[in-house]
Amino acid sequence: PRPFFLGNRQPSRKPPCSHFPDMLHRTLQTKLRALVGVKRVIDYTVKIRVGANGVVTDGVRHSANPFDENAIEAAVQMKEKKIVNEIVAVTIGGPKSVEVLRGSALALGCDKAIHVKLDSDDTQLEPLLVAKALQKIAGEVEADMILLGKQAIDDDCCQTPQLLAGLMDAPQATWVSSMEIADDKKSVTITRELDDGLQKLQVPLPAVFSTDYRLNEPRFPTLPNIMKAKKKPLQEKTLADLGITDTTPRIKVKAVSEPPKRAAGVTVKSVDELVDKLKNEAKCI
Amino acid sequence: MTDIGSRNVFDSDHDTFRASVRRFFEERVVPFHKEWEKQGFCPRSLWKEAGENGFLGVAMPEEYGGAGTDILYSSVIWEEQSYAGASGPGFHLHSEIVMPYLLNYGSEEQKKNYLPKLASGDCIGAIAMTEPSAGSDLQGIKTNAVRKDGQWVINGSKTYITNGGNSDLAIVVAKTGDKGTKVAHGISLFLVDTNLPGFTKGNLLQKLGMKAQDTCELFFDNVTVPDSALLGEENKGFYYLMNELPQERLLIAGMAISACEAMYEWTREFVKDRKAFGRTIADLQTVKHRMADMKMQIAAGRSFYDDCLLRHNEGKLDSATASMAKAWLTDLQCKVADEGVQLHGGAGYMWEYPICRAYADARVQRIYGGSNEIMKELIARTI
Repeated sequence: PRPFFLGNRQPSRKPPCSHFPDMLHRTLQTKLRALVGVKRVIDYTVKIRVGANGVVTDGVRHSANPFDENAIEAAVQMKEKKIVNEIVAVTIGGPKSVEVLRGSALALGCDKAIHVKLDSDDTQLEPLLVAKALQKIAGEVEADMILLGKQAIDDDCCQTPQLLAGLMDAPQATWVSSMEIADDKKSVTITRELDDGLQKLQVPLPAVFSTDYRLNEPRFPTLPNIMKAKKKPLQEKTLADLGITDTTPRIKVKAVSEPPKRAAGVTVKSVDELVDKLKNEAKCI
Repeated sequence: MTDIGSRNVFDSDHDTFRASVRRFFEERVVPFHKEWEKQGFCPRSLWKEAGENGFLGVAMPEEYGGAGTDILYSSVIWEEQSYAGASGPGFHLHSEIVMPYLLNYGSEEQKKNYLPKLASGDCIGAIAMTEPSAGSDLQGIKTNAVRKDGQWVINGSKTYITNGGNSDLAIVVAKTGDKGTKVAHGISLFLVDTNLPGFTKGNLLQKLGMKAQDTCELFFDNVTVPDSALLGEENKGFYYLMNELPQERLLIAGMAISACEAMYEWTREFVKDRKAFGRTIADLQTVKHRMADMKMQIAAGRSFYDDCLLRHNEGKLDSATASMAKAWLTDLQCKVADEGVQLHGGAGYMWEYPICRAYADARVQRIYGGSNEIMKELIARTI
């Protein structure tokens, strides 16, 4: 049975990229356009502290989400191999999010950037809202492939790529650890890492990809590229510009706390005692 | 304080570059540093990696393989290396001392021949001034170069040469003046390929600190070089050296203040965590006051360094001010190191703790690049 949250929508009979009509014509073009999503998050090296209002972000070092760097690197490598013609980077976030565009995406080799600017840097971004915004952007720039990090390290939702593919009615390839573009540039053979092994899929373009650590080793931005980044086009948009008016949060954060400090262990005297503790104290069996 | 985005001297491009450089040291240098300390040198592959990522010779013009940037980008690199506690690779000597000599005094041919290779990390550079019998008293050098059959023949030895072990190119300071002339009027600089016959590298020297640095002695036994090896004009070497010293001193000062900040931060984290007598040692007033002392002096030192850096960027850093920065900040570095070790307690004496290695690394900063005693001489002359 179809999952309940898809409602009564009939399976689509239209070609798998219904966000604009002349897709078939475009996929026959030899050069592809990649859209890469980047999120500004607390740097992975920082020790997180929880304050009165949740995780402390003030004065804390932020940078581009590490998995998004894999996405940028994948796009840049494809551009170097002349498979991809243009890379557009996009971020959705408050004013400071522009740092990940200039400092990471553009400095690493993306050609253009779009900043969907929210009013505050502290807005809790929800995957559905981000997916809706990315859907609109993907349509506007006519992206052949959308590369996103598999999840953001601040919320670990791991939902945006999947939701985006659903909204676009496009194929999705998540947790990609290798990507090979077909010679005719119409499909991509990918390997995805699952808990129980590796899966190989062939995915027709346009599609949504979510990138994992083992896909590549992100490069360091070189000085010439850092300086060129200043001159590359960076567009600002609002959610309203994209026609998105409903920004009501679907998720409510009830509490944030640090994980409990590790307690001392206990030596048990028998297997029965162990089973009893596992059942009644740890409540895991 | 070395926090990205916290200093007026730098703009957002510098900060982006700093983030990149910091990650390079965090990911590609620090994890391997212990191993390199055991063997006494850094691998050539590290130099290639640094070159590939554009971290060598950034201030050199683009036509020679650099990025054509201002000295602030160079400062970012030497600061970040020191901040990471990675004293092994001699990047700063190679990029900010050896390469500028070539750029400022080299012929077009010499520049084209060496600078691109130095920028890519294929060629590692060193500068050989100090000798067993001449350190502060550079005029006491014995290494000499005589003309013979249209070439120069170099004889002598040098010691305590940074990057000596790995070096492919050494700028050798040798006497070329006629007998009777003052030594200062008779010194020349030569670009010497280290694999020439007669050129021997001594064993790596066992030092108190900077153990991953391939410092060694160099021996010249009738090393013959052509005219094209002479850097700049004959007998003008001493003046070239004098001209380049302010940058060298600023560099050492920059390394000093960044090391101070790193040591302060390690110490702060330690004292806030270390428990004794029912509370953390950071709660003790003696510790609080000593941390405050450190913080004050480091903040003031940082301010002075930034000012000197800006002046140097405008070409206005005079020798005496550079000497002040070098002497004052290296003295501070050693004081902070000592205090840091003390506040770490027994852990501060353990090599596995960064503060311990930083203490050992700091000691030479008051000695090389012009000993602090010489710095005071130079400052006194301007009073």
